[in-house]
Amino acid sequence: MSPRRADTGGRIDRLKTIRFTFDGTAYTGHAGDTLASALLAKGVTLYGRSFKYHRPRGLLTAGVEEPNALVTVLKGEVREPNIPATMVEIHDGLVAISQNRFPSLAWDINAVNQLGGKILSAGFYYKTFMGPVFGPLKGTRFWMFCEHFIRRAAGLGSAGSAKDPARYERMNAFCDVLVVGSGPAGLMATKAAADQGARVMLADLEPHFGGSANWSEETIDGAPAADWARRTVAQLAGRDNVRLLPRTTVWGYYDNNTLAALERVSDHKEHPGKGEPRHRYWAIRAKSVVLATGAFERPLIFPGNDRPGVMLAHAAERYANEFGVLPGERIALFTNNDSAYRAAVALKKAGAAVVAIADVRPELSPEMRKLAAEAEAEIFAGHAVVATEGGKALSGLKLQRFDLANGALIGDARSIHADCLLMSGGWSPTIHLASQAGAKAEWNAARQAFLPPKPTQSWIGAGAFTGSFSTAEAIAEGRAAGLAAAGGQSTPSMLPTVEAVPGDPDPAPVFEIRAKGKSFVDFQHDVTAEDVRLAHREGFVSVEHLKRYTTLGMATDQGKSSNVPGLAIMAEALGKPIPEVGTTRFRPPFAPVSIGSLAAERFGDLKPERLTPMHDWHLANGATMYSAGLWYRPMIYGLSGETVEQAYVREAKATRESAGIVDVSTLGKIAVQGPDAAAFLDRVYTNMFSTLAVGKARYGLMLREDGLAFDDGTTWRLGEQDFLMTTTTANAGKVMQHLEYFLDVIWPELKVHVTSVTDEWAGAAIGGPKARQILAACVTGTSVDNATLPFMGIVRGEISGVPVMICRLSFSGEMAFEVYSGAGHGTHVWKALVEAGKPFGLVTYGLEALGTMRIEKGHVTGAEIDGRTTARDLHLDWMLSKKKPFIGSAMMDREGLIASDRLELVGLIALDNRPLNGGAHIVEEVDEANPHDSIGHITACCYSPALGRHIALALVEGGKARHGTRAHVSDPLRNRFGPVEIVSNHFFDPDGSRMHG
Amino acid sequence: MLITCPYCGPRDVIEFTYQGDGNRERPDPASQNFEAWNAYVYDRLNPAGDHNEIWQHSGGCRAHLKVVRNTLTHEISSVAFARGDHGSAARHKAEDKA
Repeated sequence: MSPRRADTGGRIDRLKTIRFTFDGTAYTGHAGDTLASALLAKGVTLYGRSFKYHRPRGLLTAGVEEPNALVTVLKGEVREPNIPATMVEIHDGLVAISQNRFPSLAWDINAVNQLGGKILSAGFYYKTFMGPVFGPLKGTRFWMFCEHFIRRAAGLGSAGSAKDPARYERMNAFCDVLVVGSGPAGLMATKAAADQGARVMLADLEPHFGGSANWSEETIDGAPAADWARRTVAQLAGRDNVRLLPRTTVWGYYDNNTLAALERVSDHKEHPGKGEPRHRYWAIRAKSVVLATGAFERPLIFPGNDRPGVMLAHAAERYANEFGVLPGERIALFTNNDSAYRAAVALKKAGAAVVAIADVRPELSPEMRKLAAEAEAEIFAGHAVVATEGGKALSGLKLQRFDLANGALIGDARSIHADCLLMSGGWSPTIHLASQAGAKAEWNAARQAFLPPKPTQSWIGAGAFTGSFSTAEAIAEGRAAGLAAAGGQSTPSMLPTVEAVPGDPDPAPVFEIRAKGKSFVDFQHDVTAEDVRLAHREGFVSVEHLKRYTTLGMATDQGKSSNVPGLAIMAEALGKPIPEVGTTRFRPPFAPVSIGSLAAERFGDLKPERLTPMHDWHLANGATMYSAGLWYRPMIYGLSGETVEQAYVREAKATRESAGIVDVSTLGKIAVQGPDAAAFLDRVYTNMFSTLAVGKARYGLMLREDGLAFDDGTTWRLGEQDFLMTTTTANAGKVMQHLEYFLDVIWPELKVHVTSVTDEWAGAAIGGPKARQILAACVTGTSVDNATLPFMGIVRGEISGVPVMICRLSFSGEMAFEVYSGAGHGTHVWKALVEAGKPFGLVTYGLEALGTMRIEKGHVTGAEIDGRTTARDLHLDWMLSKKKPFIGSAMMDREGLIASDRLELVGLIALDNRPLNGGAHIVEEVDEANPHDSIGHITACCYSPALGRHIALALVEGGKARHGTRAHVSDPLRNRFGPVEIVSNHFFDPDGSRMHG
Repeated sequence: MLITCPYCGPRDVIEFTYQGDGNRERPDPASQNFEAWNAYVYDRLNPAGDHNEIWQHSGGCRAHLKVVRNTLTHEISSVAFARGDHGSAARHKAEDKA
């Protein structure tokens, strides 16, 4: 005998057939089925192999807490592993496969692991693989040997490597009241809040609202509860102030009442609707939240409780009432509380035989005896299940008399023939979101459960979530919570009347039946009761340690069914009451969340692109672009057939021989203005700016507060109170923030305003022996001769009718000028300069040539100002004013920052005339087999056309003292070793005669 | 986490940049008291509870704000401009709104 579809009943559409495959076999189900219910209806009992022992596993639950029946859903090449079959709605074309089995689910080779249970106990990895090394195959090396086999044998589904073509979406939402959970409590709360005019959102992770009303078979206001739920939902759906979110798991509760939810928009469809994403991530800011998340039923812990066919009582009730599926023909029940009796009646009604109800309690209420009689079940009060029988499906079980007072088993076991065993170990409120929101759960001894804590954020609980397990209570609490959440007054009002079977909500305090055999606590991670006790014997007494050592509750289900039983067993082992052992804090997410939904639209090129005004011109003129932070800058303007090196060598050479022009629009530019601007710059820069004449520029260096170098650049005095600061491209944002911080927080009394004007200006640097002639040929309104425009001078003029500002300064070491114009005129000015330069052999050059010329000159950039170097390290100590304090001046002379063995800037020449590499280490003696004793490293390197050598800048211990000595480059990763000569960083034209002209 | 910027109103924390411990006192610029400088540059309070912090509304008005935040609950009990009298007119405006 096996599970089957009942002839009637359930909320599925028997007229609509849906075709899908599971492990390659074609199946049919009906609209409204989950993968679990559809397979169960076809008699499937085996859904997966367990994590460690590869034991056959069936369905334990009917919902999100399912630990066993995890499947991988295939969509084209994309595989999504570890989805509970209970949460997969079937659709035509659905392809699902089972996991962690080889070669097949029915015949699994690793099931032999069950025989090795003693070895594979808690802490198996620590004990086996982390010992000291005695032989060739112990400890870590043994692990390396075994890893491949273990990885294959243990675990869950494997992720795919195909690119996911699905679209994901992110939504921000705001509401007055967010209701989580749509059972009777959630529906009442939604209705009450909506009646107050509040903007309400209702989210439920199931496809159909109604929660327990969908399968409880109770009546509300005289109608089946499911009909009442459907009617209520229909009313709510028609209201403008209510938003309904089915298939939406609220998985995170963050501060300021911000909640995260995942809506599975189109997983249940063969093809998503037009414009529909697969998943939608909701960031919901709710003024108030109603938590009506219900409760999870707990399994009982006894030997063989994981055999396929052993299921939670309410899950069976759900399969029968909601899906019209009987999980077995001969059903036995094992319970410690009243709630399971309702399941017995439901299954009897649906057509199964209920052969026995074993209850650990010796005394049963007349009401329960009446229900048992209705189910025509034999009652075994004061009995416990001590074993189950069968292979891939249950065939029977053993009962024994049980002493509730001390847990002892008495007398002989008797066998009962059954193909399905339902268990109920009481209920645990689903307090995950409340726990995430910040407070500690409170143990309730009567309910034998952790109840939600006092709110630390703005939420109100209702229904089973609060430990009120009856529908009547849920309805009353739901309404009150909805009213309160919407800020309404609680007024007496007629509540819907509920007809339900009676029952005591408090279970007997029994979690485990101690008998011989493996009793599973955490089904998904294969943690047994004995593992928990072993952990205790080995000294893991804190619940947090227990969790990590045994991995209890750490699987994808996060211990939804195992946390409380595991804790109870631990408490017993410690001889302490459960509240003293404590519980772990729940963390987000409540259920697994697709990474795609978190990324949503933010994938691929996440960063904005910053383009200079001349960008299109560069592209049209053969530039190869290079991304520098957010910016795109020409790397080279290659001629056809040229390599990068050939191109930059040509560009740099031509610049030094005649002239070159480069786009410098990316430099950070900050307008520093106000009566105290000069005084402010004196504090910010290490050198003096108040003495700078209007119409002149000066090179400046900034330090951080800790005395290390921060940034450099030139600042131009455009007027008495008006400066234009330039920064390096990379640090523009940081320098701006640095200035703002000091003006806002440290020196609010300074009358200075700083404005980022990087994007307002286009800049072109033109340098070389012919640069001045080129300017003279195109600039009007001013002379550019040495008298009018001396070194570091600034003039204003026009180029091709456009106003420009020209400053004579040099990065390339040549006679050079920076020409600034309004950004909108940038290309116009650039073209005019290029045109004017033609007769003089002007070349455009890119970052590579720029870098080459700066290395030849020994100028520093971000590669050397790397957050570890001081001004002295970079030979910029001449810029440290002694006449005034500045940012960093107090800290820059600390012992460690002036030590003689610091890394200092030097130049290197490759004596073997082969290319050097950035990051390569410098050593005194080469030891290729065992590289050691680095004395420094290369920060930048190039082939220098001016010197005809491969050169580099480097930071080397002792620095200047090593000039003229030899060392070696040691770069084992790139297999580059060779002799270098250490020289001054000023390789080329050290006295600057070229730029001064 | 929301920070209520006195200029811009309640905004998500992603618009802000943390600019450090707000309890630090910068020594006089000319001070040679190395202990004081060291404390200013390196010492940070790490309270479990209310903490004075400096945040910049970098994705908004760019003002620096003195924020009192509870490090355990993220509850923000006060937000003010870091530069005392800064934008007093704006503050009145914010109060009027409230």
